[in-house]
Amino acid sequence: MSVAANSGISSAEVARSPKIRFREPQIEMAHGAGGKASRRLVEGLFAPLLFASSSELEPLGDAAHLDFNGTRIAITTDSFVVKPLSFPGGSIGELAVNGTVNDLAVSGARAEAMVVTYVLEAGLPTPVLEGEVRAMGNAARKAGVTIAGGDTKVVEHGKADFMYITTTGIGRPLPSLKIDPRSVRPGDKILLSGPIGDHGITILLARGELDLEADLRSDTRSVFPLVEALANAAGPGVRWMRDPTRGGVATSLNELARDCGCGIVLQEETIPVHDAVRGACELLGLDPLHIANEGQFLAVIAPEYADAALNALSLAPGGEDAQTIGEVREQPSGAVLVTTRYGGSRIVDMLVGDPLPRIC
Amino acid sequence: MKFVDEFREPEIITKTSEEIRRLADPKRHYRIMEVCGGHTHAIYRFGLKDLLPSNIELIHGPGCPVCVLPMGRIDDGLSIAHDPNVIFAAFGDMMRVPGTQGSPLEHKARGMDVRIVYSPSDALKLAQANPDKHVMFFAIGFETTAPSTALTLVRAKNQGIHNFSVFCNHVTIIPAIRAILDSPDMRIDAFIGPGHVSTVIGCRPYEWIAKNENKPVAVSGFEPLDILQSIVMVLRQLRDHEAKIENQYKRVVPWEGNRAALRAMADVFELRAYFEWRGLGFISQSALRIRDRYAEWDAERRFDVPGVRVTDPKAAQCGEVLKGVLKPHQCKLFGKECTPEHPIGALMVSSEGSCAAYFNYEHRKTAMVTGITSVA
Repeated sequence: MSVAANSGISSAEVARSPKIRFREPQIEMAHGAGGKASRRLVEGLFAPLLFASSSELEPLGDAAHLDFNGTRIAITTDSFVVKPLSFPGGSIGELAVNGTVNDLAVSGARAEAMVVTYVLEAGLPTPVLEGEVRAMGNAARKAGVTIAGGDTKVVEHGKADFMYITTTGIGRPLPSLKIDPRSVRPGDKILLSGPIGDHGITILLARGELDLEADLRSDTRSVFPLVEALANAAGPGVRWMRDPTRGGVATSLNELARDCGCGIVLQEETIPVHDAVRGACELLGLDPLHIANEGQFLAVIAPEYADAALNALSLAPGGEDAQTIGEVREQPSGAVLVTTRYGGSRIVDMLVGDPLPRIC
Repeated sequence: MKFVDEFREPEIITKTSEEIRRLADPKRHYRIMEVCGGHTHAIYRFGLKDLLPSNIELIHGPGCPVCVLPMGRIDDGLSIAHDPNVIFAAFGDMMRVPGTQGSPLEHKARGMDVRIVYSPSDALKLAQANPDKHVMFFAIGFETTAPSTALTLVRAKNQGIHNFSVFCNHVTIIPAIRAILDSPDMRIDAFIGPGHVSTVIGCRPYEWIAKNENKPVAVSGFEPLDILQSIVMVLRQLRDHEAKIENQYKRVVPWEGNRAALRAMADVFELRAYFEWRGLGFISQSALRIRDRYAEWDAERRFDVPGVRVTDPKAAQCGEVLKGVLKPHQCKLFGKECTPEHPIGALMVSSEGSCAAYFNYEHRKTAMVTGITSVA
């Protein structure tokens, strides 16, 4: 999760007594898993101590938009920790570029430049590093973003899983977009750019702990071309966007529901999921709505722009499987409800911790 | 997807749901217990309660292995793994179940070597890959998972793998059903019988429920249509004043069970004189222990185990919920002190536990209907 508020930090404001609500005795893995615990940590500890007090009221977005005497820029940062380093469809170097490009994109900005930090573990074979640097370079060229600088640190063997990468990107906001969850209204439509769960399940299978094989690839890619198509076709109708990475679609939409105070109602049969992902989820007792994605995004569109938006997405390369998956309603306030084709329904909560397979 | 989509076809589901409405006598209240946690999970996940008339009440049974495991057993297992030479291996299901000092995942974050495995044989492979460590597999589950633990122990013995042991918490389903039927506050009209367990034990072991207790049983699969069809089956029996065992899950469950699996279990395990069940107390001959000839691979004999007994927090009413006397939200702690993130009772941990299922899928829906704001 990128830690970025919608306004800048002013040291004078930070000095006023911050309210720290995070009271947990130690950091657990769940605090990094992108679900409820992550949100508590960011909102309860980082936000009050680091962000300007006025921004406490503002929902946390994927990137901060700053105004320097009339020049607007968007900025975000993200760290990448993934095991294994490479997997079908991508690798950490590529992920590190696309992840930050996408955080900027769904905040409504085109990524322009990026700085990168590599934390390397002593003993890392050079060919592995070279492969990842190459992958990063290729991804950056493909996304049209300049890598403007970076830093390298090496830690002792055993102190890191081969390598960690942090990328910090700045972007230029698209003038036609204004992303704010508080502008979301009942009646708005929810669009999804394509099939969900490919990345998370690919990683799970690539770890080799399961004797399962499937023809699956990570969906890692820049979603900016799709965002741009959406902005051109339906810019004024785009109220909110998010790339549902860790914690999946369910977590992103729960955050939206809380931030806007509305209910999100999804029609399960309209949510695109590849058969291999569904099969793996059935087998492992996981919900595709909780599985991570690296190349999809969600958008909330005002109803009068919904057709134009879906049409533009579907026609853009890579947006063929885009779908309207639900809508915003007044109820259930602050929650996400999924309805089935045969009239059943269930509440889908944020992910708690990492998704754990059920066996027994 | 084959073998799944057929059982989620809206048309057939709607028809079956209509048939349930026709069969249910509006003057009568039906209490049907689904024994298995997998069914509980499916009922919530597919929102099946929305498809049933209000006079059919589904009671969530004891068939969730992590839910019925007493906290003391978790503490015992984790105490062995405090030795830095020991790797604690368990299914993902166990990872968030709280012991008195925290769950296996919390122990892992503090430095304990805790691994998620997908089968007991994966734990054995882990032992082979780490010859200088000892791998302890924390075994849980009913007859569904017990045979694979048994076969893994046979393999460990045959291959002479000595840095491996099993902390055995396997339990058997029939004594739990008996305990529930014997409970004085029990009022259940019929059972939806466990699907996966029955692939191993077959349908015969349930016959006494029909014969002696006069309660209908339908052994059921896990898809929406399976569960609805099983409800149709027991409603028909109740209408006709019958009590018999029906096998709805014929595509998977053989009437006689799986003989090879039963043989493997009998070879490796014997019944414990008694075993403590969370919420249900001590039940005689309700759990399995490792036979003497596999003693070397029995973690309880190989290591010093404190044998702690931990009583559940007084306010927690897991037992009443487990027996179906209380609904999850009627427990004093539900949604307040006890949530899926900070579970106090195990029913709140596993997504098959009735409290977690109710919390995740249902209670805010109910709150929405009754106009109460969310307690989450």
